[in-house]
Amino acid sequence: MAKSKLFTMNEDRSLYPELDVNGKPIVDLTSHKYVKIWQGPQHPGVTGNMSLELTISGDEIVESKTHVGYLHRAFEKLLERRLFVQCMPTSIRLCVAEPDTNEYVISNAIEELGNIEVPEMAQWLRMLSLEMARLQVLLRQVPGQAGTFALGLGYQWGSYIRDLILDSFEELTGGRVYHMYIIPGGVRGLLPDGFKARLLEKLKLIDEFIPKIDKLIFNNVVFESRARGLAYIPKEWVDEYGIYGPASRGSGVSRDVRKTNPYLKYDQLDFEPFVTTEGDVYARTEVRRADLIMTVDLIRQILDKMPEKGDIKAETPNVLHWKIPKGETYSKCESSRGEYGMYFVTDGSAMPRRVNLKGPSYTHANALLDKLLINANIADTAAIMVSLATCPPEIER
Amino acid sequence: MDLKKLLTPFTAWGNITKDPVTIKDPFNERPGADRYRGFHKNDIDQCIGCGTCEVICENEAIDLVPVSDSKDGDSGLRPMIDYGRCCWCALCVDICTTNSLSLSNEYTWVSTDPEDFRFVPGVDKKDWDNNEKGWKKPDNYEFYSLKRVHMDELSPEERSDSFIEMMKGYSKEQAQQEADRCVQCGICTATCPAHMGIPEYIKAIRNDDLEEGLRILYDTNPLPEICGRICTHKCETVCSMGHKGDPISIRWLKRYIADQNPSEKYKEILEVENLQPKGKKVAIIGSGPSGLSAAHYLALMGYEVKIFEKLEAAGGMMRYGIPEYRLPYDQIDKDIDYILSLGVEIQYNVTIGKDITLDQLGKDYDAVFSGTGLHLGRSTGIPGSDNKHVYASPDLLRWIVEGKEFEVPESVVVIGGGNVAMDITRSMARLQMVKYGKVQVIATALETEENLPADLEEVVEGREEACIINAGWAPVEIEIKDGVPTGLHVVKCNSLFDSEGRFNPQTDPNVKEFWPGTMIIESIGQGMDLSYISEEFKTKLEFGPRGRVQTDEYFQTGVEWFFMGGDIIEGPDVIHGIANGHKAAVGIDIMLNPEKN
Repeated sequence: MAKSKLFTMNEDRSLYPELDVNGKPIVDLTSHKYVKIWQGPQHPGVTGNMSLELTISGDEIVESKTHVGYLHRAFEKLLERRLFVQCMPTSIRLCVAEPDTNEYVISNAIEELGNIEVPEMAQWLRMLSLEMARLQVLLRQVPGQAGTFALGLGYQWGSYIRDLILDSFEELTGGRVYHMYIIPGGVRGLLPDGFKARLLEKLKLIDEFIPKIDKLIFNNVVFESRARGLAYIPKEWVDEYGIYGPASRGSGVSRDVRKTNPYLKYDQLDFEPFVTTEGDVYARTEVRRADLIMTVDLIRQILDKMPEKGDIKAETPNVLHWKIPKGETYSKCESSRGEYGMYFVTDGSAMPRRVNLKGPSYTHANALLDKLLINANIADTAAIMVSLATCPPEIER
Repeated sequence: MDLKKLLTPFTAWGNITKDPVTIKDPFNERPGADRYRGFHKNDIDQCIGCGTCEVICENEAIDLVPVSDSKDGDSGLRPMIDYGRCCWCALCVDICTTNSLSLSNEYTWVSTDPEDFRFVPGVDKKDWDNNEKGWKKPDNYEFYSLKRVHMDELSPEERSDSFIEMMKGYSKEQAQQEADRCVQCGICTATCPAHMGIPEYIKAIRNDDLEEGLRILYDTNPLPEICGRICTHKCETVCSMGHKGDPISIRWLKRYIADQNPSEKYKEILEVENLQPKGKKVAIIGSGPSGLSAAHYLALMGYEVKIFEKLEAAGGMMRYGIPEYRLPYDQIDKDIDYILSLGVEIQYNVTIGKDITLDQLGKDYDAVFSGTGLHLGRSTGIPGSDNKHVYASPDLLRWIVEGKEFEVPESVVVIGGGNVAMDITRSMARLQMVKYGKVQVIATALETEENLPADLEEVVEGREEACIINAGWAPVEIEIKDGVPTGLHVVKCNSLFDSEGRFNPQTDPNVKEFWPGTMIIESIGQGMDLSYISEEFKTKLEFGPRGRVQTDEYFQTGVEWFFMGGDIIEGPDVIHGIANGHKAAVGIDIMLNPEKN
């Protein structure tokens, strides 16, 4: 079992089940030494509807099994019965917290297979909306990590600023949560008058917010002692389990699609994703804190470098009978949770033949979470889930 | 334990002295952003009920429902939104062909009646109807191309001295690109006198199934090569795409289907190889569009059909009234030869009323259809118009087709601003170009430039060919010197109709012009020649306004076996004739088979 140098287990293992050759605990429920409890499937906030079947011994988890299937949506199948443009309103619901990444990956796949070149202005606006989406997620998630240890104050502060960012989304896209801004061929509007100045003003609030949460959370002995050493992910697991985004960068592996496969205009921006090697919940929170600062910086760079005017949408065939030749592609981008991709197959008809979404939550919430919860304290379950940023809609697509 | 890290978090208590940032909703008014996607609005004067909003809505939240107020070129339907299904994506707004649909920035609405949340925006009045803010389709953002695919044509230099067809037709790529623009609303079908399946045949072009396209054409129109070139395209006038951009080039797409199908394969494609004869005979007077159309559909039903034609070739006005550069003879022949191949017989150079009487036809045949058209030129009646060098346009156009020799003068004045006037103007220009190498034709119209009755393209192309087209002038007198006209005196015409909409041209005699020309052609409309109907027979018919015979919906006259259609009843244009002929064929079938109905 992997352990951090800070993490200490109860030395006396006599009360805990023995492990079989595969490292799985041998649990005999009739021995009355173990209790099975369920966490979920009610919606606990950022982590969505899924359920953990936990076997506990005392307050320590000895076995965990993730159960999904409470959303009943089959969106991928629904998309096979939609015209390409009609896929958009459905696709944004694939991940509620950060719908823009869905808009981007599906539009990008359609454009790639349909041979559409997106105008430069639209590419900058797409990048802006993607970074704004990341920003509003991180504003909840960074302080939200402390919220899982019952420190809710930072979450309230973050939610306030997030609401202001959603106001900006409302101005830019006409929607607060489901933006429907990126569309095959381009985007649905230029920046409104005065938008840039208003957004820059809001970013200043985040500059003030960072030192406040530093004091509240990162210089907090309770948070530190609970988060340090918790749910340690060794570097070698990153490849083994398919870990992406902040979770991999917390364990010393720099994985960021924006750097490794620059899309849109990311190659014109100056940034370096933060990497640390601690591998625990604290490290992942630190990575997200650095991401928050980096996102603010990226938005400032985008607003600074983007052109003033330009075409927002390329000419596409009539959307009512747009047929795309037979082909397949994998379109990906970096979401706040890590690499977010879509495998998209067309067969020459006016609807997709197969859509398959691949988000980081599938591996994070199933294989990895099952493993990390073993020997964790039951009170830390929520913290571990949040640190992996699991998103059930992305698992049950 | 780090004491500093124990105490630092308590600095958050500093917030106690600060004001809260939360908003006391719902007690505070918080309007949505300018682009907010709130409840629907519909500008009912703009909306034509094309239904594209209903088609694109992936949630099936929109249904088109009938409304009492509608206008020309309108389906009579309006979108009803069901907020139990709507997800406010606003794709309906973005695809709207008239820009009538938009969203307000209102987002709160309380009602105790669930039915309220299903309403017809614009018709069911709502508080936000006059709210200017909210989602509108962005500029420079379209879901389809607004620009028509250009059809290649002969340049003015290439065509000015020749009667070779001017428009070159669409290539496969061009036709498919143009067909792609169609949103399949079907307002064209409702407007077309023949109710052609326009969205369906455009779809056949997109699917590259031109045989299916030909079958759809022949369902309602047996003259697609002709209509594909010279139809007055009322469908394009109402095309929903024409509200924001160019209407779909429906006429050229029809031509594309007909052009691409070889005539040898028509019978096989149209599955007409084994027609079952009914043993009844129908006579048709005149081989114009209505007569040919009636003949086609009667032949398909198994009737023995014989057409009586006064001239030496079939086609009526299509052959003798429309110049070859717009409608080449081989294309007329392609359509007519196919109809004749169905067993339709035609007898040329036979004049009803002279060679054979109408009553005789009635005795020899089970039914008679007459589509004799408008072949008599009308005269202005101004001084000098009785001179022998003053011609009527139908006569001249016919002479050109027949190859009759006549003197082409160096200068010509045409009185008239309609399509026929443009035809004779441009034909004379071509003849002058061949003979003299230069053009001097002046067409003069009563109507102002904006209200010229001729199609805009005819005027533009005529001017490209060096014809002079002067709008807004009233002819006063033809000056005659030594028995030959020297030109036309005109005065400025300021308006055509009085306040009650009656034709009453107002002229200004002080603004005068003289257009020189040794040949004057009057082209101010045509009249019908019903001299083949005897006076005794006429007593059995009922006459309506403008001397037109009254018929029922199947074009049956007061005499049971006698049907009339085409320009003498409706129109004048080819597509009305085709529609009349088709309907009359159905009427004849009903009359001859009462047991079937």
